[in-house]
Amino acid sequence: MEKEILEEGLNHNRRKFLSRLSLGVGSLALGSLLVPDLFSGKAGAEEAMMNALPHFAPKAKRIIYLFQNGAPSQLESFDYKPLLNKRMGEELPESIRGTQRLTGMTAGQSSFPLVGSHYKFNQYGESRAWISEVFPHTAGIVDDICIVKSMHTDAINHDPALTFFQTGAQVGNRPSMGSWLSYGLGSENSNLPAFSVLLSRGRGNGQGVYSKLWSNGFLEATHQGVQFSNSEDPVLYLKDPESMSREERRKMIDQIAAMNDLSMQQFNDPEISAKVKQYEMAYRMQTAVPEMTDISKEPESIIKLYGPDCLVPGTYAANCLLARKLSESGVRFVQLYHQGWDQHGNLPNEMRLQAEDVDQASAALITDLKQRGLLDETLVIWGGEFGRTNYCQGKIVVDNYGRDHHPRAFSIWMAGGGVKSGMVYGETDEFGYNITENPVHVHDFQATVLHLMGIDHERMTYKHLGRRYRLTDVSGKVVKDLIA
Amino acid sequence: MQQKDEVELSDIEQISYNFHIRPILSDKCFACHGPDANKRESELRLDTETGAYAALKDNPNQFVIKPGNLEESTVYHRITSEDPGELMPPPESNLSLSNTEIQLIKKWIEQGAKYEPHWAFVKAEKSQLPKETDWTINEIDRFALKKMTEKGLQPNPEAKPYELIKRASLDLTGLPPSPEVLDRFGDFSGELTYADLLDGLLGDPGFGEKMAILWMDISRYSDSYGYQDDNIRTQWPYRDWVIHAFNENLPYDQFLTWQLAGDLLPDASKEQILATAFNRNHKYTEEGGVIDEEYRIEYVLDKTNTVSKGLLGITMECAQCHDHKYDPFSQKEYYEMFAFFNNTPEKGYQGDVSQSKPAKTPILWVDQEDLSGVMSFINYADTSKLSISVMGELDEQRPTYILDRGVYDAPTTEVEPSTPSSILEFPADLEKNRLGLAKWVTARENPLTARVFVNLMWQEIFGQGIVKSAGDFGMQGDLPTHPELLDWLAVDFMENGWDIKRLMKQILSSATYKQSAVITDQHLNTDPANLYLSRASRLRLPAENIQDLVLASSGLLVRKLGGPSVKPYMPEGIWEAATSGRGVLATYIQDKGDKLYRRGLYNFIKLTVPPPKAIIFDSSNRDRCEIGRSRTNTPLQALVMMNDPMILEASRVLAGKMWDENKDEEKAISTSFKRIVCRDMSSEEKSILLSYYQDQLERFRKNPEQVLPTLSVGEFPLEEKNINPETAALMQVIVSIYNLEETITKS
Repeated sequence: MEKEILEEGLNHNRRKFLSRLSLGVGSLALGSLLVPDLFSGKAGAEEAMMNALPHFAPKAKRIIYLFQNGAPSQLESFDYKPLLNKRMGEELPESIRGTQRLTGMTAGQSSFPLVGSHYKFNQYGESRAWISEVFPHTAGIVDDICIVKSMHTDAINHDPALTFFQTGAQVGNRPSMGSWLSYGLGSENSNLPAFSVLLSRGRGNGQGVYSKLWSNGFLEATHQGVQFSNSEDPVLYLKDPESMSREERRKMIDQIAAMNDLSMQQFNDPEISAKVKQYEMAYRMQTAVPEMTDISKEPESIIKLYGPDCLVPGTYAANCLLARKLSESGVRFVQLYHQGWDQHGNLPNEMRLQAEDVDQASAALITDLKQRGLLDETLVIWGGEFGRTNYCQGKIVVDNYGRDHHPRAFSIWMAGGGVKSGMVYGETDEFGYNITENPVHVHDFQATVLHLMGIDHERMTYKHLGRRYRLTDVSGKVVKDLIA
Repeated sequence: MQQKDEVELSDIEQISYNFHIRPILSDKCFACHGPDANKRESELRLDTETGAYAALKDNPNQFVIKPGNLEESTVYHRITSEDPGELMPPPESNLSLSNTEIQLIKKWIEQGAKYEPHWAFVKAEKSQLPKETDWTINEIDRFALKKMTEKGLQPNPEAKPYELIKRASLDLTGLPPSPEVLDRFGDFSGELTYADLLDGLLGDPGFGEKMAILWMDISRYSDSYGYQDDNIRTQWPYRDWVIHAFNENLPYDQFLTWQLAGDLLPDASKEQILATAFNRNHKYTEEGGVIDEEYRIEYVLDKTNTVSKGLLGITMECAQCHDHKYDPFSQKEYYEMFAFFNNTPEKGYQGDVSQSKPAKTPILWVDQEDLSGVMSFINYADTSKLSISVMGELDEQRPTYILDRGVYDAPTTEVEPSTPSSILEFPADLEKNRLGLAKWVTARENPLTARVFVNLMWQEIFGQGIVKSAGDFGMQGDLPTHPELLDWLAVDFMENGWDIKRLMKQILSSATYKQSAVITDQHLNTDPANLYLSRASRLRLPAENIQDLVLASSGLLVRKLGGPSVKPYMPEGIWEAATSGRGVLATYIQDKGDKLYRRGLYNFIKLTVPPPKAIIFDSSNRDRCEIGRSRTNTPLQALVMMNDPMILEASRVLAGKMWDENKDEEKAISTSFKRIVCRDMSSEEKSILLSYYQDQLERFRKNPEQVLPTLSVGEFPLEEKNINPETAALMQVIVSIYNLEETITKS
């Protein structure tokens, strides 16, 4: 704890120093001279209010975001609505639907037949939370998580909705949540990117992910998410050619540096020395990253915990394990995306497959962080971009139905990092269509996440083309009820 | 970043509203006391003279600002109040005024609180030229020298001839000069002068390619539709046209007119219609289930924002949902501008990815006859017809409404096509369509168009514009460092027929441009960012030109002009990891042969997964109109330079050729160096590189099994005669040369 305070103090001073020095300079050159490390997270020096970051004592130091893209159905996971089974096939009452806009997928439907969950639900843990049978492992950690059943969003189509969750705006080109945190808080590890991205795909109907989702937007490129791939080259261009040993790489970098030093003597340009430092950093990354992605040293118990899939690079399970390792090493924001949750049809079959792929590893991550004493300082988030309708898309067949997009009410869960555990927050009506209690808008969620990281969402801003931007755009309230 | 905090108050005799006060008021006050009528607090506005000089409603003896009278100026009391309830800006806004800012406002009020119109919205005029000296070559230098002198700086000596040749080549063609060119021009003491060099470069087809990079960012060009399935589309003929237009030196006013309204010109040619693809390059959704009108509106918004930002340098998009908070643009004016683009037969949704076509309505069809005639600049080998998304106009004007909060289904008041009056009143005699808009944009009286473009060219060459915020000439934008120079250049540009090549030659001929890039301690102390131009800036090349330099210097570059985009080497699995699995771009199918060695401009851009190398080197992701890129310096860039197969292959091929031709390491290294760095190497450099070569030669002789794997990179054929330890060693030396800071830096 003392160390922590000391570090914060140092960062604080560093930013002040930067801010004083670069006033009136406005130059990337000087900035990169003073902060040669890519991952040290140069704060926007001109923003005086940034100096105070974090704005208050953070509850969480790091985030792992398990994004389930495509939008998993809340009605087959965490929002138990027996009424829908009772009234299976009946028309969704107008009074419930109200003015909700529909997507073009179902807008033309002449009828909106209610459809109940194909899966059984049971209550678990001290919180007696209802969880469906396809998430048995999540049920096992229910007292460590907080289920929010009252999420709602502005967008109804995938791309804008994903973009909205990640960047606070439906249009492209704003910085992602991870970029904001890299910008605001920097990294705890100078050999690894502050914002790392891991991708996987399930067996259900998929929607694309887009690298704009981990874009730095108008922040400097140093804040963009670095995608780890499951190929031999975990970070792009990291791997040296086959026959090049570490010693040979060292030699080459040394003589590049010797040549650059001669340029430095001639031009006296600080950018040249900065470049030499970047090569050193690259060299260190070449060792640090493969060590990170190597799971061969993980004990049997860990492999068992995450499940056999975790030995297959690129699976969700392998990514969860890697996320733990990255986070443990100080990576500020680890963003996973798992595709395949877009069940417009064939839901009973596909959702089971999707759940199979993510359930055990998601729960394992919580258990693993907890046993390492890291859960308290690591915020884990699980959820998609919106929810799904309580009525069937297309014709209703009991074993084979589908659900359209539903932005008005859906469920996510959060764990660790200062979030209350063993809680179910918010409620929906018996049709699972409207929120009846404690609505949480995406901007509220973002404000809360930043708050847990010690950031006042209204004060972490970046001025771009004349306007001060923030992750929560122009709204958002911290949901105090969620905070332990 | 404003420099105002560093201003010594005592240095300023006359406080200027535009330069000292407005930036403070705009940044700290206008959000609540500015142009946005709906958000205005206490009905008090500080952005106009009338508003600011008004008496307080509840106290007629007290004024918001009373010129020359601090006592009766409420503003002064409020910004200096010690009562948090009184203090302005209010503490909860997270904004505050520095002491210097308060002192500036005080002094301004004392001096009479004079308001001035926003500089960028006033018609540009040439001011009197500062005096000539021995150093000045053209008018640019007179303005630059005056400013330098004011700041206590002196111009750097002229750069060395080889430096100038490299610099000018990169600026005008994006390509490095070959050793032959370097030798031919030498120190300009022979028959060939520096002016000849510039003329040659301006006549090189590479000029159009270099300029097109910038224009692709502005026109947010891509090869796919974006959004979730992100399927392929055919907009590249538009890129061919842009290259062609720059090479033909189409005057900038026509260049814009064709792009805005080519289809509306009398007897519009297919070429003029093709130019309108500018307004069709944005994203199109193919997501099943979207609402047609929502996306149609989205596309019109994008066009409005692109034209405002890219051509006029204003951030109109803020007024999409509400009156602009800083600039005098109302929401009504936004939708008046929007109305120009709201009259196309375009649809919001034309089917999902399974019905995807290479172009969307309205479409321009180009057949073989066109290709061999008027459209011969399009580089297309196939015999099938080409289809490109272009603009068209409905016969009957579609009504346009102000959209509440910018939402498609919340129309309020109907508006007519028009332009923001604070910039320039839309003349009554102009057509109320895109052609009228084009005339307004390119009118001599328009205060923005020429300034914005001249500034862009300046930014291209000097690394930062005379107005640093090249995309924002509004109230919140940066002030020009050399206002008179900017205006002089803009007017001169218009007076000379909006001649782009002439403008480039003018800038590159100046003594200001020709200075050396050596940085002195005085520079670092007084002007580290080189705002006052007392040296040439050293600038890392953009991503595309790094590729160009590597391919050109290795001899691999295939210099074809235009054509469909190409898919060069890319790390495996990039597209595949981030796709819905639908559409033809679900997997990356790398090209073969010549297509691996084209200029960076032609690399295929899939919008949702832009080429990673380009993004690592700060390219635009083409999601929206962008003006100017940042220039970062990161370890990921070092990794690309060391391990990118394109660079390794280029090194291998050049090494093979150099060893084969010379069979002499010194000659091979010095020639390679000159091809890549564009100068002769020094003796110190020679000794470093030679000893590295010897070391590597020893390595490969000792470990012959490493020779073949080292050389086996890239698809360019590896010949038997090139498989030897010398070539492998030389290749390592060349990789290092590509990795030098100087190699990818314009200096």
